[in-house]
Amino acid sequence: MCRIGAIKSLDYVHPSMALQLMQSQQKGHDNSGFAMVMHDLGGIFENYKHLPTLSMAATDEGVKIAEDILHRAGFQRVMQWVPETDPQPGLDINAMPNYVFETFDYPKHLRNAEQTEKEELLLDMRLALRRALEPNEEGFVYSFWPDVVTLKEIGDPRDIGTYFRLWEPDDRFTARVITAQCRQNTNYDIVRYAAHPFHLQGYTALANGENTFYLKNVEFQRKLHRGYIGFESDSQCFLYTLHYVHRQLGWPLRYYKHVITPLPFEEIEQREDKEQLKAIRQSLAHLEINGPNTIIGVLPDHTMFTCCDAKKLRPVVVGRDEKTVVISSEVCGINEILPHRNWEEDIYPHEREIVAIDNSLEVQRWRQ
Amino acid sequence: METMKVQNVTPNDLPWKIRYDASRCTLCGSCVSACSFRAIECKVERRRLIFSESDIPEPKARFSAVPVIRQVRSIKNYCRGCGICEKVCPNDAIRPERNPDTRHPIVMRCLAGDSIKRGGRKNLESTQRTLDKIRVGRISQMTDPSLDAQRHTFDLLAPFGRILPPEKLPLGTSPEGLLQFQENTPPVRWIYPVIIGDMSIGALSWRMWEAVAMAVAYLNEECGLPVRMCSGEGGVPVRLLKSRYLKYMILQIASGHFGWNRIAKAMPHMVEDPAGILIKIGQGAKPGDGGLLQAQKVAEHIQAIRGVPKADLLSPPNHQGLYSIEESVQKMFLSFNAAFKFRVPVAIKVAASATSVSVFNNLVRDPYNIVGGFFLDGIDGGTGAAHEVSLDHTGHPIVSKLRDCYLAAVAQGRQGQIPLWAAGGLGKTGDLAADAFKMICLGANGVFTGKLILQMAGCVGNDMGRCNACNTGLCPVGITTQEPPLVHRLDPERVAQNIVNYFLAMDTELKKLMAPIGNSSLPVGRSDALVATDRAVADKLQIQYVC
Ligand code: SF4
Ligand code: SF4
Repeated sequence: MCRIGAIKSLDYVHPSMALQLMQSQQKGHDNSGFAMVMHDLGGIFENYKHLPTLSMAATDEGVKIAEDILHRAGFQRVMQWVPETDPQPGLDINAMPNYVFETFDYPKHLRNAEQTEKEELLLDMRLALRRALEPNEEGFVYSFWPDVVTLKEIGDPRDIGTYFRLWEPDDRFTARVITAQCRQNTNYDIVRYAAHPFHLQGYTALANGENTFYLKNVEFQRKLHRGYIGFESDSQCFLYTLHYVHRQLGWPLRYYKHVITPLPFEEIEQREDKEQLKAIRQSLAHLEINGPNTIIGVLPDHTMFTCCDAKKLRPVVVGRDEKTVVISSEVCGINEILPHRNWEEDIYPHEREIVAIDNSLEVQRWRQ
Repeated sequence: METMKVQNVTPNDLPWKIRYDASRCTLCGSCVSACSFRAIECKVERRRLIFSESDIPEPKARFSAVPVIRQVRSIKNYCRGCGICEKVCPNDAIRPERNPDTRHPIVMRCLAGDSIKRGGRKNLESTQRTLDKIRVGRISQMTDPSLDAQRHTFDLLAPFGRILPPEKLPLGTSPEGLLQFQENTPPVRWIYPVIIGDMSIGALSWRMWEAVAMAVAYLNEECGLPVRMCSGEGGVPVRLLKSRYLKYMILQIASGHFGWNRIAKAMPHMVEDPAGILIKIGQGAKPGDGGLLQAQKVAEHIQAIRGVPKADLLSPPNHQGLYSIEESVQKMFLSFNAAFKFRVPVAIKVAASATSVSVFNNLVRDPYNIVGGFFLDGIDGGTGAAHEVSLDHTGHPIVSKLRDCYLAAVAQGRQGQIPLWAAGGLGKTGDLAADAFKMICLGANGVFTGKLILQMAGCVGNDMGRCNACNTGLCPVGITTQEPPLVHRLDPERVAQNIVNYFLAMDTELKKLMAPIGNSSLPVGRSDALVATDRAVADKLQIQYVC
């Protein structure tokens, strides 16, 4: 069982906060890895929000291959941040030689192009990079998207934090939204791609749980969109479904839960919108997930949300103060980073609701 | 000594021999009057008894005439091994015994100059079934807990109707951020994943048919299980067409078009839409062969319902005038959809064969979105009458054909758009829940079954050649006959009760299989939940092999 957490704040916060949130839930993971995605970036990335940033771990050769591909496609690097690492002896981390966070300007002919055209190109570039680096494991490309940075590593989350000097806050590497996961590796080989959170075209999702309908999901998703690849983890399906429902079909977020954990037919029949709900249930039957899950997601507009499986077999709690909302598998994580909040206001999401937090930190609860 | 006539038929040539114990027989006559095939008769035998009355042996012979029960030596009235005689005998004095040395297949053809016809069951001894080499193997534990079959709620429903791909759903968003329909979508009914397969009112006795209809109404209205039954070819009584129970009936049109006149005429008087329409192209137990209702069974009410005289009714093997899939889609589907104003799903039933996947692929591409289901029927099932050669030697097993269709849909990313329903020997061992569950994991949305329903009603036939006389109109238990005295043997209330109880038991069992794999809705396509103990089966079906 993994442990997951997410922070959304009015101010920019440093990943040390996410590490603290996760570290206190230590019993719930097995120290096999840590990963995070940061949206709405501050610090050195703040002035480049409109430009795509590449997040990648690679060998020297891998970096060269990737940069060549991007340059050939007309992308020009405008900024680069290489985290200062602290490779103390004895750290439990399986580090790659290079961690690349580079911001690029779009190819000239695309600078005034439609947003969607750019978005499709960014996806194609990321897929091309991944394809090029995969055969010899020269590198892992996690995201290539404006205002998004991803870091994943195999090892003990505490040591990963130490290695990347993430325990001491600074104001160079910050974001308003940080999602993070400490792994419990059960089903899969420990590969870097398998770590949550997963990111695709501005959408991020991470989950604590299992997906009993993994095979059904995969068999269906493979044909739905070229970006739905990998499937290194059975939870990756949740991201693709989120992307499909919200971006491809253009449905409001509240219908995500109707797709992944549809209401029983008996309840659908009682509803005024039963025709819509039945149509969703039948057309998207293969995107249903049937298994214990808590999902945290982030949309391209930085809205953050959480929901759980219909039997509520995985825990999740939402806590807040004036400036920050935190979602976490265990309340001890929130206690750690928001000790003075009014815990009576904590929300334990219902099995039939989505809790969504917008950019003014207003919390909405949608009954499914 | 008389001249030997070794060519004459004797019990030793027939598939069953009567074992009769005259010493136990009270000559009550029950067996003779109960045998609907007239396979036994009363006869008087001449017996010679040697006795002595004096002190020293002084043998004398006494001749007496002894009444006995004897097997008829005829290929017309041969014993079917149904065992009714044994059932009715108060003294266990008589029973049929399988004759391993039978010459029946040869004698029958030689003497009759005609092909052997019988009720529909594959009687060639089959090896272990594929489904029995598959087990439910992925059991959830700890991280992915099993559900509690008694406590959790399960959604055991399957779609019947054309499912639109998500991007084709005509949904728009209202100002409040809610999805709203902008056009109509094809009708879809969510029903119980086990349909009572198509058995016609001509093939079944009126009591049997009524009993099934009664069971279905009870399951729907009292037990909350939305079970549907297919009428089979040959129409439906007008009273039912005009009743509210029509909503539980799937009306079938087959190549004979029997009974459709009446259905069409009743349309303006229908208070409910039927549950669906099933266009029958082929039947799995005798693919490429049409239905056979012999004149014996065309009773008066059948003549009325079907609109035919008392004669052998042969449904042609195909729909005359329909020779391509495209044509069927256009003509059949459009006309039936239009007839019910696009409110009733229309599905198709074909026999499993090498071409089923091509037919399915063609239908999946149907541009009109009107094909509401693909019913695939395999060998091993079947209840109707046919030539024995067709029953035994034609057809495809259902499991791999169903899987092929499902995987073909997966390859196109169109799984679920035309719901797959499969049948053919499911529940053959008596455990329909297990068979249905495995078929669903392999990609079926649901299954249908006919033969097992007969067995629930008390059919004594089996796949080992017992009875299988459904074509004769002499069904000894009143299921597939129109002879009033035989029909009265059947107690429709008991039959309905058996069917209802079986479905309730099966419902529990389906949940008992869904719970350990952690599924609360039907695990359609969850082949990862299955393992095979046979390498070839595992490879063919693309499931995990275990040993
Ligand atoms: S087994 Fe059936 S067919 Fe044979 S004699 Fe007995 S009742 Fe008649
Ligand atoms: S339905 Fe009747 S005739 Fe047919 S096999 Fe069963 S008992 Fe025999």
